[in-house]
Amino acid sequence: MPRIRVEVDGTTYEDDVEPRLLLVHYLRERLGKVGTPVGCDTSNCGACTVLMDGVSVKSCSVLAVQADGRDVTTVEGLGAGGGTHPMQRAFHEEHALQCGYCTPGMIMASLDLLRENADPSEDEVREGLEGNLCRCTGYQNIVKAVRRAAGEMREPGRQEVTP
Amino acid sequence: MIPATFDYVRPTSVDDACRALADAGEDAKVLAGGQSLMPLLRMRLAIPDALIDLDRLDGLREIRDDGDSLVIGAMATHHQVMRDPLVREHAPLLARATETVADPAVRHRGTFGGSVAHADPAGDLPAVALALDAVLVVRSVRGEREIPASEFFVDWMTTSMEPDELLVGVRVPKMGSGWGVHYEKFHRTAQAWAIVGVACAVRRNGDGVEEARVALTNMGPTPVRAHSVEVAVRGAGSEDAFRTAAAQAAAGTEPPTDLHGSSEYRTHLATVLTARALAAAVG
Ligand SMILES: Cc1cc2nc3c(=O)[nH]c(=O)nc-3n(C[C@H](O)[C@H](O)[C@H](O)COP(=O)(O)OP(=O)(O)OC[C@H]3O[C@@H](n4cnc5c(N)ncnc54)[C@H](O)[C@@H]3O)c2cc1C
Ligand code: FES
Ligand code: FES
Repeated sequence: MPRIRVEVDGTTYEDDVEPRLLLVHYLRERLGKVGTPVGCDTSNCGACTVLMDGVSVKSCSVLAVQADGRDVTTVEGLGAGGGTHPMQRAFHEEHALQCGYCTPGMIMASLDLLRENADPSEDEVREGLEGNLCRCTGYQNIVKAVRRAAGEMREPGRQEVTP
Repeated sequence: MIPATFDYVRPTSVDDACRALADAGEDAKVLAGGQSLMPLLRMRLAIPDALIDLDRLDGLREIRDDGDSLVIGAMATHHQVMRDPLVREHAPLLARATETVADPAVRHRGTFGGSVAHADPAGDLPAVALALDAVLVVRSVRGEREIPASEFFVDWMTTSMEPDELLVGVRVPKMGSGWGVHYEKFHRTAQAWAIVGVACAVRRNGDGVEEARVALTNMGPTPVRAHSVEVAVRGAGSEDAFRTAAAQAAAGTEPPTDLHGSSEYRTHLATVLTARALAAAVG
């Protein structure tokens, strides 16, 4: 069994993994990071989105062995020090979720979007999140939340621009 | 679901990858970005004995200027291709079409080489490769050869690569000046595959079209070049003339019937979308 060394949410882990183990299953079942859900079998829904070396990936489409030597951030790695990240707060305040199943992926994909575009228009948010499906909200409040968080994260003096 | 077991090989050079592929035999699969293969593994529609993972072959991610053409490494990601200044300048049709592929997270992992090798008739980039007269550079322990796109796509998800061959790069002839391009993709929801797509490049001369390249996505088991439109559109300069030329778009195609649309519907779409693509490319 290959041995991997991967940093997840700031902690380094070393583990023997079967090659067929998906990154999302490694995160959930080995590391207990159940904040990242699985929503489909086809890599369509985006619920499992995490950042790998800083860019968004669907963790159900990556093997755990492929994360060897990489740096992974899940929704559980946000808001360091027990606080909440501005993106998490904005989702809460704008009622950008109902059942919440899509939320971790939405939040991670939104952070990826803001990394490249700090002030996205409504259309740009919709485009940026096209790989993340929500069956409940109708997206309206998700778009509002992302733009609200973007505004807060642009404020001068903010430290926490990236997760 | 969970993929079936397989041996995993992560070569660190192209030569090692070719050797691993030769040694592993016909039941091995190459893993590029995994954006098509991983879902197939999860649903157990693919059960390979071994996976040869190209993820760490950074040399295959290079996009370089090679005189009259660009050479795009097979592992260049969609994200990379659509932003690359060389691609945007010399192969703008590829950049435009790539922007319509999937979504940002999929584009971070999915590769140009993988899309072409996968040869999905609904994939956007095979038709683009065909329209641009791209040449596929493939390598094995037996050596390297170049396959024109017109001979590469042979059937539904089937290419003329041998099982021990690796796609290492795609040679894309540079478009000179005076060309306008457009990729017209029809789908009903965000982030969806083309029901029909039209890749189009035209060289303008005064008010009319001097030369055109038109290729269709999802109008048969392979991407198809709409040669009759390319001929009929010469000299055309108005939307009416584009519509007349586009009326032949589906000639000789065998469009599938599936839950997204019937064969007749696709035939209709091909003519409408081709007229739109021509008009947009002329600009
Ligand atoms: C949600 C979602 C939506 C998508 N939407 C679109 C879309 O709208 N349009 C579109 O065109 N595509 C779409 N795709 C597919 C995406 O573009 C894939 O990236 C692409 O089809 C395959 O590229 P890959 O690098 O991921 O290849 P992989 O999945 O790793 O491989 C695909 C196949 O090609 C073979 N292969 C890969 N590389 C090589 C090589 N170098 N040499 C030999 N064989 C090789 C593999 O063995 C495998 O059989 C979508 C995918 C997803 C998950
Ligand atoms: S679970 Fe990964 S995209 Fe749906
Ligand atoms: S809140 Fe239920 S899926 Fe988005």
